This record gives sequence, C-alpha cells and structure tokens, in this order.
Amino acid sequence: MTEVLNNPATAEAAERRPSRPRPAKPGPSHGPRTPTWFVVPAIVVYALIVLWPNIQGLFYSFTDWDGLGTSWSFVGIDNFFDVLGDPNTLRAIGNTFLITIVVTVFQNLIGLLLALGLNTSVKSRYVLRLVFFLPVVLTPIVAGFLWKYLLSPTGTVNEFLGSVGLGWAQQDWLGNPDLVVYSICAAIVWQGAGYSMVIFLAGLQGVPDDVLEAAAIDGAGSFRRTVSIVLPLINGAIVINVLLTLISTLKQFDTVFAMTKGGPSGASETMATIVYKTAFTYLQYPTALAQGVVLTIIVGVIAFGQFRLTQRRGELS
Amino acid sequence: MNRYTYRTAILEVVLILAAVVFISPLVVLLSVALRDGSGDVGFLGFTWPLNFGNFATAWTESAMGASLINSAVITISSVALIVLLASTAAYTLARKTRRWSRGVFYLFLAGFLFPGQLAMLPLYLWFASLGLVGSPVAVIAINVGGFLPFAIFLYATFLRDLPRDYEEAATIDGASPGRTFVAIVFPLLRPITGTIVILAGLAIWNDFFTPLLYLSGSNSSTAPLSVYSFVSLYGANWPLVFSALIISVIPILIAYFLMQRFIIRGFASGLKG
Repeated sequence: MTEVLNNPATAEAAERRPSRPRPAKPGPSHGPRTPTWFVVPAIVVYALIVLWPNIQGLFYSFTDWDGLGTSWSFVGIDNFFDVLGDPNTLRAIGNTFLITIVVTVFQNLIGLLLALGLNTSVKSRYVLRLVFFLPVVLTPIVAGFLWKYLLSPTGTVNEFLGSVGLGWAQQDWLGNPDLVVYSICAAIVWQGAGYSMVIFLAGLQGVPDDVLEAAAIDGAGSFRRTVSIVLPLINGAIVINVLLTLISTLKQFDTVFAMTKGGPSGASETMATIVYKTAFTYLQYPTALAQGVVLTIIVGVIAFGQFRLTQRRGELS
Repeated sequence: MNRYTYRTAILEVVLILAAVVFISPLVVLLSVALRDGSGDVGFLGFTWPLNFGNFATAWTESAMGASLINSAVITISSVALIVLLASTAAYTLARKTRRWSRGVFYLFLAGFLFPGQLAMLPLYLWFASLGLVGSPVAVIAINVGGFLPFAIFLYATFLRDLPRDYEEAATIDGASPGRTFVAIVFPLLRPITGTIVILAGLAIWNDFFTPLLYLSGSNSSTAPLSVYSFVSLYGANWPLVFSALIISVIPILIAYFLMQRFIIRGFASGLKG
C-alpha cells in the first residue's frame, strides 16, 4: 500500500473498499478509518482561492502583464525597482510600519492595564469588560467614519478642547500631514484595546493566587508583584497579543480608508490602501503585484515568526 | 488578595472613568444621529426633542434593509461552508498519520502567511472572466478560502487531543465513517465550531474590502459597503450618516448583548491553539 499513499485518489479508492471492520491495532496510526475524500473539497477551494492566485500574482510580478493574460513578457525585477524607487510607495511602507509600531505599543499597554484593573475584586468588572470590549465587535468602517467626525476640524475632540479652555490645543487632526497618522492610530487603538484586554485577562486567570499572596506576605508591593511575578507568568499572552496586533495592523485597510482614504495627498497611505489604488484606480497591474509581493514578504516573515514561537511554546508546555 | 479595600475603590473609580472615555464616541454617534442637523449643542449634547426622523430617512435612502439581508446571507453561507469544509478536512488530516496528510496540513497552515493583497488582482480578474463580479458567490468563495487555514488549524489541534474511543466504538458497532463523523465527531467539536462561528461570522459580517471589490454598484451590497456608499452621497450630513451607521450595526449590537460571554470567550480562546 505504501506506493499509493502519495496519491489521494488511489488512497481513497483503497480506503473505500467495502470492508470488514479492521482489527483494532494499538498505536496512533491505526484509529477508525477516516474518509480521504473528506479533505478534497477544502483543498480544491483553498487551491483556487488562496494558493493559485498567490502563485499567479508572484509570477506576473516579474512581467509586464496587462491583466488580459494573453500578452506579456518577463521584465525581471523592474517592477520591484519601480516600487522601491517610488516615493509614494516608500511613504506607504513607512506609514505602515509607524502605524503598526504605535498601535502595537499602545493597544497592548492599554489592554494590559485594563486587564490588570479588571482582574481584581472591582465590583463593576463584568459591566466594564462589556464596555471595553464593545468597540471590538463594531464594524471597522463604521468606527472609521465615527472617528472621522470626532477628529474633524469642528468635531467632538476640538469642541471638547475648546469647552475646557484648551482651545490652543485644537488641531486639524486629519488634515495635518504630520498628525494624520497618529490620529488614525488613536481610532485603531480604541477599537482594538478590548481585544488585547480579553487575551490578557485569559492569561491572568492562569496566575496562581497563592504565589501572589506569598509575595505579598514577603512584603512585595502591588507594582513589584505585577512586574516580577505577573508579567513573566503571562508571557504567552503578551507574545500572542503583540504578534496578533502586528499582523492585523500591517494589513489595516478599512479604518484608514474610511477616515482619510490615504490623504491628505498621500500622507496617511498604507501598504494595503496603496496596493488597492494602484490596482483598481490607476490600473497599474504589474506595479500592484510587486507591491503585493512586498507586503506579503513583510507579513509572511512576521506570521512565520508567530507560528514558530507558538509551536515552540507548545513543545515546552 | 480579594478583599475590597479603599484602594480597590479608587481603582474602580479610575476604571469607570476609563469606561466613560471608551464609550463616549458611541454616545456622540447616538447624539448626532438624533440631532436636528442645526445649531451648536456642545460636544456631547443631545437636542430635544430627539429627532428620530434621520433614522427613517437613512433607512429608506440607504436601502439598508436589503443590505442587511445580503450581509446575513453572505455571512451565514460563508460560515456554514467554512465549518463544513474545515471540520471534515481537519478530521481526516488529524486522524491520518501519513506523510501526505501532514504535508497537506502544512500547506493549509501556509495560508497564514498570505495577507491577500497579492492574490487580490489575479483572483479579481479570474472572477471577472467567470462573470461573478457583482455576485455574492465571489465574496462567499473568498471568505471560505481565506478562513480555511484558521478553521482547519483550530479543528485539527482540538482533534489531535480528542480520544478516539467513541469513534472506535461507533466503528465496531458498524457505523460508516461518514456516519461516525456526523453522529459522533462533529458534536464533540462543538466548542471549536462555536469559536469559529463567532470569529469568522463577525469578521465576515464586518468585512468591507472584499465587498468593495466585488459588490460595488451591484444590487447585492452588504451593510458595510452600503454605509460607505451612503457616506459618499451624504458625507456632510452627519446626522443622516450616523443614523445609517447605527442601523448597520444594530444586528451586531443585539448579538453582542445577547451572547457577550460567549463572544468574549470566543475571542479570548480562539488564538491559544
């Protein structure tokens, strides 16, 4: 049977042969029979929707393909030279990294503080958890439009600053090219902090009370207990949270598109918005594909790191 | 550790203040939607009497009813297909210990590495050549393909730790493999199915990018896409726009308040795999 095993179709035929129940053998490789064809529909969909288009995209990023598929020729890495020599794309890459770093730091810091606060005997903790998590379920494009209003020149934030005597601090939050990226970060952090919080809360549940009590008896204050005992013990939740924020923010499209569409004049463009525009507004297919390859490499490297890390943690525990 | 001291009380006040800050954007959302559209009413002001007329106008002008139905159809069919395809595939991949099954499993895991922007263009042109741009079928197919790696990963990890005794008993009793899966294995997968329904369902309902590509200008617009089109038309009329935003998220808010424990647990657990 070994020679047919690499061929799912043949293996399937062998599996489906009408059979007496196989004598149960010990060992992990002899459980009840599972139908091989079970895996076929998933493979077909996955190959058509994920694998093949990515391979195609990678292939055509080395060509001058116009999207019609009939006429193209290899241009080597010219498209990549175009992409990495284009100041707009470089700015988008820079913005993407800036947003990713700012959001990752603040979303996780706020999420951690909220989780530490709620992981106490505070009476309203269930209601508060509900409130902090609420933005997470909100549609990102809706949150984006809401924040577009809040941060508009006559919007809520400026009205608030004016009414408490901080009129000098009023800004055109989304119109100022130096500020716009940070304004977008605020909206993303508001939406995501609750997500980080619940993952930290799940991690905090694994911190044994008796260890903390022992430390308290030994005279460690609550700050010291948090830094020296709690944080090392929720290391896993920290890693998961950081990597999750990194990957989701690198791919961020909806909030930016709703708030600024990448403006003013490209100041808040990210990789995801620039790939979309290059492809569907400017119809520069080879350039869009090369940008897609660059984004895929950035996300792929981080996602691979995440996978290896979680795998290694799995081996340890 | 669990006593309620004055320090806990201070912490409680700080947290409640933080919650007020967190919820205030949503208060603004509501107050603007209920406004007359005129006058300066301060940063959190409601105008009296509350003006519910914006909701009626937004509802008819944005055709949000049809969009909510489209969103529901797309979300439910995508999630059903994800659960069906991923649970069956993961069952086989987790139970077979052949070299090919391990290879296929890692092939699915590779899906985590692709952000989707590279496949976007070839996929779009392929669907266009099939005449499926403007059809929910394209969006459903992309949702299913995109979520398979995550769902298969969760199911397979769970299945590897699941004892085979029940399956073996069913096999000995003469149940076919298909029957064993439907009657024995799938019900045991319920916790993972719940997590996938929540995470995938919410992400698909809230998704804007795929509908933007495939359903713009079609009569199968989803709720987030209709919000976007509505804002393009009425961008300056914030009370009207905010009414449409609220209408579009009402189903999520209802689901959230009805199933909040379940949903929060889904988010907290789905990633530990």
